[in-house]
Amino acid sequence: MAEKILAVLEQREGNLKKVSFEAASVALNLANQLGLQAEAVVVGKEISNLNELSKFGISKLTHLKNESLENYSSSAYAEAIASFAKENEAKILIFPNTAMGVDLAPRVAVKLNSGIVMDCMKLEVKDNEVIATRPVYAGKALIDVKLKSDIKIFTIRPNVFKPQAVDSSTVQIEEKQIDNPNLKTKVTAFKKSEGKLDVAEADIIVSGGRGMKGPENFHLIEELAEVLGAAVGASRAVVDAGWRPHREQVGQTGKTVSPSLYIACGISGAIQHLAGMSSSKYIVAINKDKDAPIFNVADYGIAGDVFEILPALTEEIKKLKS
Amino acid sequence: MKIAVCVSQVPDTATRIKIGSDHKSIDPTGVTYIINPYDEFAIEEALKTKEKIGGDSVVYVISVGDDSVKETLRKALAMGADEAILLKSSGYKDSIAIAKALSEEIKSLGCELVFCGKQSVDFDSGITGQLVAEMLGYNCISVVVDFKLDGNKIIAEREIEGGREVVETELPAVITAQKGLNEPRYASLKGIMAAKKKTIAEKPAFDSEVFTEILDMHLPPSKQPGRILGTDKSAVPELVRLLREEAKVI
Repeated sequence: MAEKILAVLEQREGNLKKVSFEAASVALNLANQLGLQAEAVVVGKEISNLNELSKFGISKLTHLKNESLENYSSSAYAEAIASFAKENEAKILIFPNTAMGVDLAPRVAVKLNSGIVMDCMKLEVKDNEVIATRPVYAGKALIDVKLKSDIKIFTIRPNVFKPQAVDSSTVQIEEKQIDNPNLKTKVTAFKKSEGKLDVAEADIIVSGGRGMKGPENFHLIEELAEVLGAAVGASRAVVDAGWRPHREQVGQTGKTVSPSLYIACGISGAIQHLAGMSSSKYIVAINKDKDAPIFNVADYGIAGDVFEILPALTEEIKKLKS
Repeated sequence: MKIAVCVSQVPDTATRIKIGSDHKSIDPTGVTYIINPYDEFAIEEALKTKEKIGGDSVVYVISVGDDSVKETLRKALAMGADEAILLKSSGYKDSIAIAKALSEEIKSLGCELVFCGKQSVDFDSGITGQLVAEMLGYNCISVVVDFKLDGNKIIAEREIEGGREVVETELPAVITAQKGLNEPRYASLKGIMAAKKKTIAEKPAFDSEVFTEILDMHLPPSKQPGRILGTDKSAVPELVRLLREEAKVI
């Protein structure tokens, strides 16, 4: 049996998430360079879009299945994945660095006696070894690391590795029943937050800071986010002031994000905030103070009044999209 | 009940990082160290839990590191923790080695409930609590913003993309604390005085294999400051044009 690289896919409400295809592409890419075989595994009940994986060149996907595994259970999912990895002699496992992946990957690592590197932004093969690059200190520095363990686990940051479609590929889907899953820890309900998109997953983020003057003005941020299909983010100052929920906070004690476009509105750019967003591909800053540090990392800036510029920007993009 | 809180000491979040001469760690010159911000939520939740269940509950704070970490442990004692333990270790340890040291100590103390911060703001891996749980065979709920303990049963809410999961489990368990779980208390003068008198137990950290090797630490490529397109809304059409035609992001 050829040694394997396993992409651990993530499904939510019976649908594979976009980051799953990113993990699959990473697994395939590494497998090609290391002369290993790439496969994928997913845990759940019914999953509607498993066939979409065929676009990404993975030849085999195993669906570890049980009626009671519709919702996430860290204990059951970790056991299912670890025993599947053992049976299949997986040498490398790739997880998405999502809430689920961060919860699951370390537990699987202990079960497999594997080393683990979280939140990788780059995975390169050098001398037949995988070198991972990941941010530390919320992105203020980067480290290149390798694992010395026999089995290796890497989690990949969403949105960084673009999934690569492969021509005319098919995927063999196998179902494997999981008997008596360990449901010692289980999710009993999901409370959806009001915001449409989460900053950790969004491709575009519109973020507001103290320059927004008060929570009542954040509708300007929300309206721009709406026309762009973007997530709403916030600086620590406004979260600490109670204007916005913590889940929107970007920065060292919030989320470190890497969207394609980050629009910072009324954010001066404290070092903790810059750390959390400076790996965004493009940054736009709108701020009255032309000397604010945010302009040092912005690609494009308007040094003016957010209350005048935000509605104009929303209108201009509406025009463009209509 | 015996409750453990795992804490770490990290550079102040306002620190500008300079790479050390070994190119594998930061230059500590002039860096101020603080208790990891998420660990404060963990300590607070442990203290609240102790107050709620009463009896002869004990809160232990445990850290892996060198002598300098005593300052952070002292702060945890001042907040109200009962006992502090320093698992002495110098040199680089990865998350797995740190978790191993913590779990060995938690096992020997016999703690049934363990709180950790959801991540430490230096290496940001966010996995120590989950590793400790798995090593101990405990249940685990990570990134918790709401925690209820009723007898043996735990109902917690954890933050995930787009909302919160309500999770149920039982003791023994590890809980990792997210901002929003509570408001950490300030140390009282009485607490600070009492903490000064307490001894911090010191023992060598369990010595386990380190799987992760840091090859290089470097700064991210610095961004060139971009263009200021204007000072009022007349700059908006040009901004939109650039985002569309040059950056191709909208």
